Amino acid sequence: MIQLSRRDALAGIASVVLVRPAIAEPDEMAAAIRAFTGGVSPRAGKVTLEVAPLVENGNSVSVAVTVDHPMTAKDHVIAIAMFNEKNPQPNVATFHLGPRAGKAWIATRIRLQTTQTITAVARLSDGTFWTDSKEVIVTIAACTEE
Amino acid sequence: MANALLDIPKSVKAGEVFTVKVVLSHVMETGYRRDISGKAIARNIIKWFSCTYGGEEIFRCDMTQAIAANPYLGFTTIATASGPMVMTWEDDEGTRYREEVQIAVAG
Repeated sequence: MIQLSRRDALAGIASVVLVRPAIAEPDEMAAAIRAFTGGVSPRAGKVTLEVAPLVENGNSVSVAVTVDHPMTAKDHVIAIAMFNEKNPQPNVATFHLGPRAGKAWIATRIRLQTTQTITAVARLSDGTFWTDSKEVIVTIAACTEE
Repeated sequence: MANALLDIPKSVKAGEVFTVKVVLSHVMETGYRRDISGKAIARNIIKWFSCTYGGEEIFRCDMTQAIAANPYLGFTTIATASGPMVMTWEDDEGTRYREEVQIAVAG
């Protein structure tokens, strides 16, 4: 009979646990936002994150971000980044804009594993960061479907 | 290639801000799924999208697996001068998808 040591048993359990994709924690979203802003805490305002409060299918969720800011050569939005709280990893996408955009608006469709808060952060040419967050209730999850 | 759907006005007025909407047919495989034998399916997502207008990049997007399959992007740009608008996507396998349209600017 094969004797299983406690160490082997624990290692076995650990490997099984690691098979599932990890869920990003709210802390990880905060860390991802800090990585984008270089440690600066973004201020609430200017940014409007549009998303339905309740979605049936997390595989495809329409989102749009508008930043209430001029888009001139001297003063404009450089980038908009989007983050999630509870997908396997906290980043969604980074959109790079410039004065030729005319206005600061972007739209896409994202995946959400579960009910969670998503956040958009805008980086302006003057070095400031602005943010908006929305909670989205998801009834059919994405990411882990086979 | 019939891989992409583009919603871009062919003719615009000078100075007008117009909307560009693009959808690429792509699986955006997350890397989290397993095949029937339990083997992990390798991640294959569009990593980035770039749009140039008159030879200058006007919009770029760096994506992750949190972007839905058949990635959709919408953005705006100012009609400057008549010229080509070129859209490029690249995935994890290094495949590039390219679309080009001519923008006609009147006035």
